[in-house]
Amino acid sequence: MIGESLQLAIDSAPFLLKGAYFTVILSVGGMFFGLLLGFALALMRLSRFWPINWLARVYVSFFRGTPLLVQLFVIYYGLPQIGLELDPLPAALIGFSLNMAAYTCEILRAAIGSIERGQWEAAASIGMTRGQAMRRAILPQAARTALPPLGNSFISLVKDTALAATIQVPELFRQAQLITARTFEVFTMYLAAALIYWVLASILAHLQNRLEARVNRHDQEQ
Amino acid sequence: MIVVEHLSKQFNGQTVLDGIDLTVAAGEVIAIIGPSGSGKTTFLRCLNLLETPSGGRIRVGDISIDGDRPLNAQQGAIRRLRQQVGFVFQNFNLFPHRTALENVIEGPVIVKKTPRDQAVALGRKLLAKVGLSGKEDAYPRRLSGGQQQRVAIARALAMEPAVILFDEPTSALDPELVGEVLATIRGLAQEKRTMIIVTHEMSFARDVANRVIFFDKGVIVEQGEAKALFAHPREERTRQFLSKFLGGDASPA
Repeated sequence: MIGESLQLAIDSAPFLLKGAYFTVILSVGGMFFGLLLGFALALMRLSRFWPINWLARVYVSFFRGTPLLVQLFVIYYGLPQIGLELDPLPAALIGFSLNMAAYTCEILRAAIGSIERGQWEAAASIGMTRGQAMRRAILPQAARTALPPLGNSFISLVKDTALAATIQVPELFRQAQLITARTFEVFTMYLAAALIYWVLASILAHLQNRLEARVNRHDQEQ
Repeated sequence: MIVVEHLSKQFNGQTVLDGIDLTVAAGEVIAIIGPSGSGKTTFLRCLNLLETPSGGRIRVGDISIDGDRPLNAQQGAIRRLRQQVGFVFQNFNLFPHRTALENVIEGPVIVKKTPRDQAVALGRKLLAKVGLSGKEDAYPRRLSGGQQQRVAIARALAMEPAVILFDEPTSALDPELVGEVLATIRGLAQEKRTMIIVTHEMSFARDVANRVIFFDKGVIVEQGEAKALFAHPREERTRQFLSKFLGGDASPA
């Protein structure tokens, strides 16, 4: 029994790994574009010009206040009705990026806002532009505050990519489903898929720890 | 060198600065004293536009800022002015994620685009000057308040400014650390550096400054040669203020 299951898992490995490949693409892509868009939104949230601020607020409120699954369905099944047809992978990538951006926006906004005014003033006092101050003085310090919650969100994203199975992306969970439909080895396949998610999330957690140690190094005892 | 005309600042309908005029010559050391809430810190912060003036003009060398026009349109001039005007904060405001040396070279490297090795040489020299040789690689957290403030002074000096503004540079320090920072500033005064110092250290102001300015309620009440002003204040408000500091005796010991 165990021997058979193991054999099946080994035989299915190429399919699962191909699924894992899509999972990684969705995760890394979602993180990258989510972080980029989230940063832009965070800057909008920090703007004193109210329409810009308000726009970012509404964005965040919508994407945090509606289920990710529904967002994916709107993009993949809904948009074609207004003439915008997307393949499964781009649709999922857009969905995850837009959703992730709402969370990273709030994390970055809070982290940037937590840096005391004196740091902006110190940067300004040596003639820095706001951009230089942000890049050289504020962001490196904000990163320290932002990394733990960002890590959390990214790990959630890795697991949430399983939702892409519902819009035809041949990612890890979808592959496990397809193999199960053929072989009826439900327990083995889903367990194998779960283990791969676990490995991916663990790699991410490890990277997060190393990055945290790096940004905190000025705080360590010498 | 520095000319301030009719500088005013209103905040929430309250007048914090009421048309200040001041001219500072190169090499002058000016101490600004006065009760808390008198506007002296606001005045200092207006000089490098950390605070937005409501009106008036500020000129440093050939750079001038018109407080009656929107400052957004003068950002370039403001940044050039700030490169000419060093600022030392009460709370140091060092960059905690950078070492002492990195704090000092940040301005030259990022703002002035000085080659890094040249900036490092300058930074080491300045840290030595403020008595912190050997602390180049220490992060601010590992330094005492007095050492942090001296790094902050080196950071201001690194921009080779025409004038340095000090905002109560020793007020956040433990009493036993005040002396080392004052000694550093005293050294700069001996080099004939132009400085404006807001301070509560009266004996320091008397000994180091050429000119003392007494601020109260947003106006300059009285100013004059340091020793003369402490010995013979002309205005009643100045006398009252000084008597609190000098134990009822306005004349120097």
